[in-house]
Amino acid sequence: MFHVLATLHMLLAQQGPGELQKGLTAIGRGIVYGGAAIGPGIGIGLVVGNAITAMARQPEAAGMVRTTMFLGIAFTEALALFGFVLAFIVAG
Amino acid sequence: MLALDFPPISHLIEWPDIFLKGNEWFAINKVVLLMFAAVAVVFGFYMTAARKASLVPTGVQNMAEVAVDFVRNDIILQGIGPDGLAFTPFLLTLFSFIFVGNLFEVIPGVQMPVNARMALPAFMAIIIWFIYHYVGIKHQGPLKYLKASTIPPGVPLAMLPLVAFIEFLQFLLLRPFSLAVRLFANMLAGHLLLVTFAVLTAALFKATYIGAAAPLALLIALTGFEVLVAFLQAFIFTILAAVYIGGAMHPEH
Repeated sequence: MFHVLATLHMLLAQQGPGELQKGLTAIGRGIVYGGAAIGPGIGIGLVVGNAITAMARQPEAAGMVRTTMFLGIAFTEALALFGFVLAFIVAG
Repeated sequence: MLALDFPPISHLIEWPDIFLKGNEWFAINKVVLLMFAAVAVVFGFYMTAARKASLVPTGVQNMAEVAVDFVRNDIILQGIGPDGLAFTPFLLTLFSFIFVGNLFEVIPGVQMPVNARMALPAFMAIIIWFIYHYVGIKHQGPLKYLKASTIPPGVPLAMLPLVAFIEFLQFLLLRPFSLAVRLFANMLAGHLLLVTFAVLTAALFKATYIGAAAPLALLIALTGFEVLVAFLQAFIFTILAAVYIGGAMHPEH
């Protein structure tokens, strides 16, 4: 453990002034977008899965179900897209 | 060693001015030119279709009628209902304009979705914001409209302040914001995806020739996928506008 810390410290000491911040920004962006994608991923799966069940049970209602499904996807997906935009905004 | 330097985001979506250089308000760059082009394409398409209208449609008129039918049956009748048919021209224009603007993303040599800049989606969302509030106030009266849109029926009294606050925020702020951001972020993400694979293909081709085959195949497949996204986002933007107008027109009971 100490060796890892010492190596990290040595590496950090060698870097230029902006490097650390750049790296941390990249990690932060990854966390922001990755975190924002979890919920909508599950949500869209639920929406589409249930829509397929509904369409399989009542094929004659498929058109109506499809429209509502796209609406549901749009609402769910919005959160992931906020995360996507936020990932660019984080630390410039 | 593979030389892969991904260009910064600002190089991909910010374009230099072409006309009226340096003018703070009216400078024209590639995106604005594409906007004009989208208007011209939509206008030209429907004018050509309507100029020699015949009972049995052929060619352009056929395509235009498919578009009108789609907006009428799949957007307005689903989102508003039969009494929303007065909105057909507006929503058809909106749909066509967004679709053409998005389609510039995959047209070779152009390859810049107009809606990947925030200004245009935001502007359209603000227009829709004004329209659905106008419709709501006209159909229900200001106080009833405010009550119908902030207090959903069947909510327990203890939860009411919180729910009413969220609904109020939603109806005043979150709706247009999410409407604009949805379109903008989808088109920006698609543009970045295509750029990423194009850059990757170029770098791999320079380094290994044969290694570029896989990203190239994916690039072509993604271009097809982006056509679907362009259509889907135009559809979603328009049907959400229709749903908001319909919600303002018919309050929930």
